[in-house]
Amino acid sequence: MSATPRIHTRSESSETVAAAGIGTVKIDVRELNFYYGRFQALKNVSIEIPARQVTAFIGPSGCGKSTLLRTFNRMFEIYPDQRAEGRIVVDGEDILKSRRDVALIRARIGMVFQKPTPFPMSIHENIAFGIRLYEKLSKAEIAVRVESALTRAALWDEVKDKLQQTGTSLSGGQQQRLCIARAVAIKPEIILLDEPCSALDPISTAKVEELIEELKNDYTVVIVTHNMQQAARVSDRTAFMYMGELVEYGPTEGIFTKPARKQTEDYITGRFG
Amino acid sequence: MISRYRRRRLLNAFNLTMAVLATVFGVFWLVWILWTTIRFGAGAVNLALFTRDTPAPGASGGGLRNAFVGSLILLGMAVAIGAPVGVLAGTWLAEFAARRRLGAVVRFLNDILLSAPSIVIGLFAYAIIVDPSGRFSAYSGGVALALILIPVVVRTTDEMLRLVPGSLREAAIALGTPYWKLVTRITWKAAASGILTGILLGIARISGETAPLLFTALNNQFWSTDLGHPIANLPVVIFQFAMSPYSNWQSMAWAGAFIAVAFILLLNLAARMLLGRRRPRA
Ligand SMILES: Nc1ncnc2c1ncn2[C@@H]1O[C@H](COP(=O)(O)OP(=O)(O)OP(=O)(O)O)[C@@H](O)[C@H]1O
Ligand SMILES: [Mg+2]
Repeated sequence: MSATPRIHTRSESSETVAAAGIGTVKIDVRELNFYYGRFQALKNVSIEIPARQVTAFIGPSGCGKSTLLRTFNRMFEIYPDQRAEGRIVVDGEDILKSRRDVALIRARIGMVFQKPTPFPMSIHENIAFGIRLYEKLSKAEIAVRVESALTRAALWDEVKDKLQQTGTSLSGGQQQRLCIARAVAIKPEIILLDEPCSALDPISTAKVEELIEELKNDYTVVIVTHNMQQAARVSDRTAFMYMGELVEYGPTEGIFTKPARKQTEDYITGRFG
Repeated sequence: MISRYRRRRLLNAFNLTMAVLATVFGVFWLVWILWTTIRFGAGAVNLALFTRDTPAPGASGGGLRNAFVGSLILLGMAVAIGAPVGVLAGTWLAEFAARRRLGAVVRFLNDILLSAPSIVIGLFAYAIIVDPSGRFSAYSGGVALALILIPVVVRTTDEMLRLVPGSLREAAIALGTPYWKLVTRITWKAAASGILTGILLGIARISGETAPLLFTALNNQFWSTDLGHPIANLPVVIFQFAMSPYSNWQSMAWAGAFIAVAFILLLNLAARMLLGRRRPRA
């Protein structure tokens, strides 16, 4: 949670903005505008998201946090009346303009939603399904991958004896960790979490937060949360959004202790939201 | 104040009474129908019904074996054609055309087909198959029944798939799942029991259809499994035997009706259990 600059030198990372103190930039958003039909939900958003850190997005309901996250994996494309303008550069490539199969982009960018979404299949299959989309592996190799993903998601001990039961038979918190395991299993580079704990009890929430802390060793994590304490606990950098605009962005500590903008301060102290 | 409350209570009691009466009225006929088929039909059921073929006019003995088998063949054909076509068309409507105008048009046309009189479907099958081929045939009957089954299956498939939450689709898309795989591996699975229920209810619907078979499969007094020739089938046999002057034919018609009702009842129960066991969910 410290704001000390960390310099990572991963070969696939694109630009280094050492001066800004954020290490390697993983996602570089430039002048992004987003439209639901005629309604503009994102206004000229530019932000640099560092590799292997946790970046939190906060802001009042409807300010565009989910919308922003859904542009990172081009999820919006399945709806004909939604469109994005601007640039989202991941590892030097503008993914909005990319001609490559969008599945390959999504393979690198995992996403976990507010409500757990286990597939209607066994716990084992829930994880194996995604792996098989990209890799041809033997049964034994798949089993190893499933176990390691579930272990990472701190779920293995709870489900190892019932891998053949359906994913929907798990509790809400377990389902959410299953979804995180599913996202982790295909070895993405970025993990997007859209209010992953809002449907969870405190114990499950704590487990997921621990997991996020763990994940950032290998992944770039972007999390949307309504819970200020959570943002303060898990994130390295925090972005405050309001009415489709990025108002303030910086090291989490700074945002929470001395925000530069009045709007941010009002939101954090609960004066509006 | 008091009088207003009293009026409300009276109105409430009145509405409740009318609702109960209407229900009793409806159930009354249903029970009467069931009871009548049991009273006249159950007693006439015997082993010969399943081992002998339909008797010649005036002859004694015999059974309905050829009619049962013929009906099963016709239903089998109808399901073999109608279920895949219906499921695929319903899938197209729900997954690929949900937000397009063409989808709305097709959905509307399907609803018209759903309520088309079955005799019209029979005439159609007669015009496109029986007439050109020059004879009544089992397969023309199967096609006619399939045409009645298809809109039922399309409708339920479409509705059941649209009940599958969008979040499930998004979760699969986020993994990079291709759309066809999303449909075949995830949404079909999530809606499987609902789709199956639709097919079962569709079978129940067509298993009693008589009018379209009069123009197509016609009837056959003898054992036949030849799809190119007329084939015996339960609804037409019931119709013919019930209208006949022979008392053994009449009681056989009741027995057939009883079996048909029992079959439909079982299908409905199976559908209920399927739907109750697993609803589509996230
Ligand atoms: N499918 C949609 N069609 C039209 N407008 C939408 C759609 N989804 C979201 N919006 C609008 O876009 C704006 C941003 O929505 P978004 O879901 O990104 O907000 P959010 O910050 O994630 O809010 P919350 O914290 O409640 O999840 C809102 O004004 C919302 O009404
Ligand atoms: Mg949201």
